[in-house]
Parts: sequence; structure tokens; C-alpha cells
Amino acid sequence: MDIIKAVKLVHEYIRRDEEGNVESIQTALDQVDLDIQAGEFIAVLGHNGSGKSTLAKHINAILAPSEGTLWVDGKDVSEDANIWEVRQSAGMVFQNPDNQIVASVVEEDVGFGPENIGIATDEIWTRVVDSLKSVGMLKYQKHSPNKLSGGQKQRVAIAGVVAMQPKCIVLDEPTAMLDPVGRADVLRTVHELNRTKGVTILLITHYMEEVVEADRVFVMDKGKVVMQGTPRQIFSQVEELQSHRLDVPQITLLAHELRKEGMDIPKDILTRRELLEALAGKAGK
Amino acid sequence: MSLILDKVSYVYGAGTAYETWALKNINLKIDDGEFIGIIGHTGSGKSTLIQHFNGLIKATSGGIYYNGEDIYDADYDLKALRSKVGLVFQYPEHQLFETTIFDDVCFGPMNQGLSKNEAGLRAFEALKKVGMPEELYYQSPFDLSGGQKRRVAIAGVLAMKPEVLVLDEPTAGLDPKGRDEIFAQICEMKEENNMTVILVSHSMEDVAQYVSRMIVMNQGQIVYDDAPVRVFGHYKELEAIGLAAPQVTYLLHEMREAGFAVDTGAATVADAKREILKYFNRSAAGNISCKRMDGIL
Amino acid sequence: MIRDITLGQYYPADSLLHRMDPRVKLFGTMLFLIAVFSFRGIAGLLLITVFLAGVIRLSKVPFRYMVKGLKAIWVLMVITAFFNLFLTSSPNIIWEWKWIHITEEGVATAIKMMIRLVYLILGTSIMTLTTTPNELTDGLEKSLKPLQALHVPVHEIAMMMAIALRFIPILIEETDKIMRAQQARGADFESGSLLRRAKAMIPLLVPLFISAFRRANDLAMAMEARCYRGGAGRTKMKPLQYKKKDYAGYAVLFAFFAGVIALRRFTI
Repeated sequence: MDIIKAVKLVHEYIRRDEEGNVESIQTALDQVDLDIQAGEFIAVLGHNGSGKSTLAKHINAILAPSEGTLWVDGKDVSEDANIWEVRQSAGMVFQNPDNQIVASVVEEDVGFGPENIGIATDEIWTRVVDSLKSVGMLKYQKHSPNKLSGGQKQRVAIAGVVAMQPKCIVLDEPTAMLDPVGRADVLRTVHELNRTKGVTILLITHYMEEVVEADRVFVMDKGKVVMQGTPRQIFSQVEELQSHRLDVPQITLLAHELRKEGMDIPKDILTRRELLEALAGKAGK
Repeated sequence: MSLILDKVSYVYGAGTAYETWALKNINLKIDDGEFIGIIGHTGSGKSTLIQHFNGLIKATSGGIYYNGEDIYDADYDLKALRSKVGLVFQYPEHQLFETTIFDDVCFGPMNQGLSKNEAGLRAFEALKKVGMPEELYYQSPFDLSGGQKRRVAIAGVLAMKPEVLVLDEPTAGLDPKGRDEIFAQICEMKEENNMTVILVSHSMEDVAQYVSRMIVMNQGQIVYDDAPVRVFGHYKELEAIGLAAPQVTYLLHEMREAGFAVDTGAATVADAKREILKYFNRSAAGNISCKRMDGIL
Repeated sequence: MIRDITLGQYYPADSLLHRMDPRVKLFGTMLFLIAVFSFRGIAGLLLITVFLAGVIRLSKVPFRYMVKGLKAIWVLMVITAFFNLFLTSSPNIIWEWKWIHITEEGVATAIKMMIRLVYLILGTSIMTLTTTPNELTDGLEKSLKPLQALHVPVHEIAMMMAIALRFIPILIEETDKIMRAQQARGADFESGSLLRRAKAMIPLLVPLFISAFRRANDLAMAMEARCYRGGAGRTKMKPLQYKKKDYAGYAVLFAFFAGVIALRRFTI
């Protein structure tokens, strides 16, 4: 079942001067087609300015398409009547951990979403506790967000979205402002949500390492989807990724360089172990 | 130029329930022309440490000597020190405030007492060094992209012609290409101006290919202070404090354990490639880019 | 670290006071402040002290926490004491040196003012230590609800206050960061004439404003993403309903206040 479907999606940022005449048009999304099934873990890769954030903001109806159509859980996002339902089906976690936390106590922030959609008080508390448990932050329930680390704050933000019981969660570069420990925590949380609760995940990022365990990867550049496939399929195309201003993890790059020198090892090496095994095989060890 | 830290410690919130020793007994000597990486994660004290270098934070105990002079001496001109030790904070684009980027870059030199003309010359020079195209000089900083704004902010510090340039996470929030571009720019600046450059980061993988000396910090103390290859040799201990050696370093160690006679001192893809090819008796195509340090001891 | 201000910080604990309706606490704090400034005589002071001590005990907040808030104003206390001590003119001089004199009234007033300041801080601290900012704004919102009939946007105002309280520590930290970044470029916020120092604030205020607007923009988007659309249709996680203990609280407050007023006739 399609949970997100985009057909020829276009978004143009139109800049007008003082008289309302069009000064410049920037095409942020250029004929994007997308097809995401419920329960998938999708990664959208792209450099800054590739259009990936613009795409994310369409999925929860923050932006409306200039042309084309986008359906989230069967509802057309460009119809005003659908906006709130779309936002409930597709939750969103943003890049800056501080700028999405509304309340001064963790539990109150997680409850903000359910309060907005009119959930009864008892049910709100159940959801708050469950959500905090699912992100591993239950013991910080009564804490102030100010004393938390970046990774912890992002997990609280995720809990706030989970409490609204969305079908899918879009994360727009959630780890860009975090250190490696925080990054690992957030990724682990998100993978677990996908695995145990079946929430569809759309992870927007420019870090290749985060993409390794996704089901499918979309690569964007200049507003278009330029590559798509499984992580293995994508990673093996090192030169093309580099032409789109992206980088590959050291191991993949190393394997690629060794192949260029004529060594016969598999094309789609993702992990250290795979490379080690391939080299061991070659040396007869 | 020499910068010496002697038994420097720093505590904040002394006497309260939040008392924290951000720096514990730091001993450090930085010489002219070095290219140093300071690694540690949030809470390790690295950001506090670099703010001691230019006197923004005063050590609770211990002494700091710049070019042999005690910076805590009553007669020492701390403001002048800040011209010599240039500090670029994380997300430096957040400090831009003038109406044009040219004026913003002039801010530093003007604070140093230079005339408008002299400051202007410095600004031109600095903006050129960071690769900003001239047609943008009179634009508002807020019309630029994130990467461009960052370069302007760095130019703002360069315009003060510091002897030492310290950059705190200069690639934070940038995409891979942007990150490579900034590092390349920094390398170039170092070569051309013979500055001492200190990079602060929480990613050893990024920094290892450029610096010749790596200082690893954990909980306010210096744990390692050595050439990158030697630091990575301690990869098990590094892991214990939550830092990761470059992927290729792990690979080579694992290869060694599996019976391959390879030199485990590789931190970059280029080094690892050379080692592996050497083992399999082939020679590399030899395209090591300039500026990247090969982990030479 | 500027962040270490306990004034206004919530201290999580499970006490009677924590569980009390914020409206009782708001009203009680108001009443307490009026009492502190209108008491007369030792008897009144004693009643107030006993009340304060009892409330502190009930709150289960460690005393050293409350004392932290006092550290912030000790300079003010010293100045107040100084002025009252040396500048109160009355005939009952108890110590003299050249033209500096200390009078009996001076000592009495100095002590009274210091006690008032201390009690003022402690009293308001208890409220903020036992009530989360959201509970406070919820309390204000509920109390002022009748004003909505007059088209006053009570919910929106309460939401703005809650968000402002949440972001104060963040903006303070940001100010600190920007200040250091500009100081690293040679900016001087300390020396020079008043005009000079005012001008020096521009490199601090402009980035701060821009940052504040950016945060506001981001936050608005995040709130909308979580289906916020104003006060209509919202339920409450911590709905305010008076319980027996709240009525008891009001009763105790009224009794206390009546006592303070009554004891004004014993002006010792």
C-alpha cells in the first residue's frame, strides 16, 4: 500500500520585487516521482540545495506543490481540507533540536501534539509514557530540555511526534547538528521505531553512513531524483555520487579505488567485514 | 610564535552543586607553523580550551605564555592577543551583522585601530583568500548561502592577520562537498600565509588527513598528543571514550589480525590503498593529492 | 555560566505544593508579597516567618536550592542595607565617626528591608520551583479566561508566555556566544563612554535578533507540523480542577493574611 505517492511534483520559489513583478524563479523540485510503501525505511540523500528539504516539507503539507500531485496516506496534500489529517499521518522532526521543543518540561512537550488534536487527558498520559519509552527517554520525563544533550533533545522531539501516532515520520537532517554519539543514538532510535512499530521512516540526510541500513535510497540533485535503489546499488556508483556532491564512506571508496587498480573484488561492498572477507578470499586466507 | 599552557585548569560553577572541572591540569606547547587537530566530543573541554588561547576565558589556575610573555600579567594587552590568536567559533555565520559583507569583514581590523582605508585593504585581501567573488562584496550577508556566509565569517577573522588561526568545527552542518572545500581552503591559507592552524572537531576521520599532530581530549584532560598514525594505534582506548579511529585504520588492524602483513599506520584511503596494493604486489597509480598528510611519522 | 540561574527554574519533586493548583500558588504568592511589605512589628514578622518555613518544608525543595537565588541579589541587599544604615536620619544615634552616623532607626530599617528582600526572593522562588512554566501559564490562562468574552486573546498570550519562558535560557546562552565571538574579533563591551558602549551593542543585538527570528520561524513550523492551530479544540494534559487541598490552601492563605493584618496593631 502506498503511503506516500508523488507524481511529477514541482515546486518553484518565486521571488518578486516591490511591484510584485517576478524577479527570479528557483525550481526546487523538478518533476519528482516518488513511491513509498508502508513500513519502509527510506533515505533521501542530497547536498545542500538539492531540494530534499523542500520535498520533506511537502510531505507534511507545510509547502504546497506548484505543479503535480502528492498523496499522503491517500489524501491529496494540496487540498486545504486535508492539511491537518496529512500532518497527523506524516510527522516531522527538524534539524535544530532546540527550535522544535515547545515546553519547559520533557513530558509536557511530548504531550503538546496530542493536546493539539484533542486527545483526552488520560490517553495523552498513556501516549506520553509510551512514546518516551519507545525512544529510551522515560527517565528524563520530568527534566528540563535545557540540560539534555543534542541527541537526547532530538529523541524527545521524536517522542513528541510518535505520541501523535503518525503512519510515517519524516526526519529532515535530524543529525546535522549532533556529535557522533548523538547521531548514533538518533539513528538507533529511528531504526527501532521502524522495526518494532512498523512506522514508515523517511530520513533526509547528506551523511552516507546513515543510509547503509535503509530499504531504499533516493539521491537528489538540482531538484530531481537522479538515482534510486537499494543502498548496495547506490553505493557502488561512487563516481556518480561524487558528481552529485556526495561522498561515500571510506570503506566503499577504498574498495572502489582497489577495483580501479584492477583488483577483482565485488562492486557493492558496504561494510568493513565484507571488504575484509573479499581480500581474505583473494589472498586465499 | 609559541604558545605554552602550563598546568592550566578551569572550573565553572565553583562552590555550587554544578561545579565542573572543564579543564584539568593541561600542559601544552604549540610551535610556529604547526597544523594541529584537537579531537573530543561535547563535554571533553575542547571548546573551553581554545577560548583560553586568546584569553577569552581566564584559567582558574596555571599559566599561559604567548611568545614567552605571561598573558595573565597585569600589563599584558589581552586585546592585542586576540589579534594574534584568531578564533573562529562554531557556526561563525551567526555573528555576521553588518549591512554588507565587506563592512563586516572590516569590523575586526577596525577594532584593532586601523583606519578605514587600511581596514578596507585587509578586507579585500581576506575575502580574496577565502575565495569570495568580488561582485558579492557589497551584498548583504543575509543574501548568501550557508557556505558563503561561513567563508565571510572566516575572512572576518583572517582580516586581523592572526599568527595562529583556531577553527572550532569549521565544517559543522556543511554537506560533503562543502566540507572538502573548506578544508582545502584552510590548507591553502596555511601554506600561503605560514600560519599555525588548529582545528577542533569531533571527527578524527575528517581531520586526520590534514594535520600533523593530533590532541585527543576527554573529560577535561589531554589523553593523547601525537602524530595521527600513532594516536590511531590506540583505537581500542579511543573507542572506550566514544571516539572512533578512521574506518581504514580498523580495517588494516583487522587485516593484520587475519594474518596479512600490512602496516597498520594508515588513516586515509590513499594510504590504505597503497598498503593493500603493496601486499598484493601491485603499485598504486600514485595520485595522492597535495596538502593531505600521509601519516608520515 | 550564565545558565546557572535558579530563579525561575523548576525543581521536580512530589510534594503537596507541587501538586497544588497553580492558581492557588499564584494567588498565594501575591498575597504573601503584600503581607511582606505591609507587616508591622515582631509578631507579624514571626507569623510570616512561620508561614514561609512551613511552605518551604511542604515543598520538599532542599533549602540550599532556595538560597542559591539569594546569591544573585546579595549585592542589592548590601546596597540596601548600606543606604538604610547610614542615611536614615533620626535623633537616636548609636555610633558616630566624623560626619558618618548610624541611628537606631537606621539599623531597624536596614534589617527590615533586608528581611523583606530575602522573603520576597524566597516567596517567589517557591512558586517557580514547584510550578512548571507551562503550569503557571495554564493557571494564568484559566484565571483570565473570562476576559475572552471581551475578545482578549487569552490562550495566545498564555502560549506566548510559555514559549518565552522556555527560550529565555537559550537566548541568554546565545547572547554569551555571540559576545565571545565578537570579542574574539576585538569588540569591546566594557570600556568607553555610554554612547560608545551603546554603539558597541550593535554587533551583539543584530545577530541576536536575527537568531531569535529564525528560532521563531522554525518553532512555528514545528508547532504547525504537530497540528497546532490555536486554542480551539485543544485538550489539556494537566487540566486544572480544584481539589480539596486547593480549597484548603485558599483557606490557609486567607487565615494567614488576616493574621498579618490583625497583628499590625502590635508594632514592636
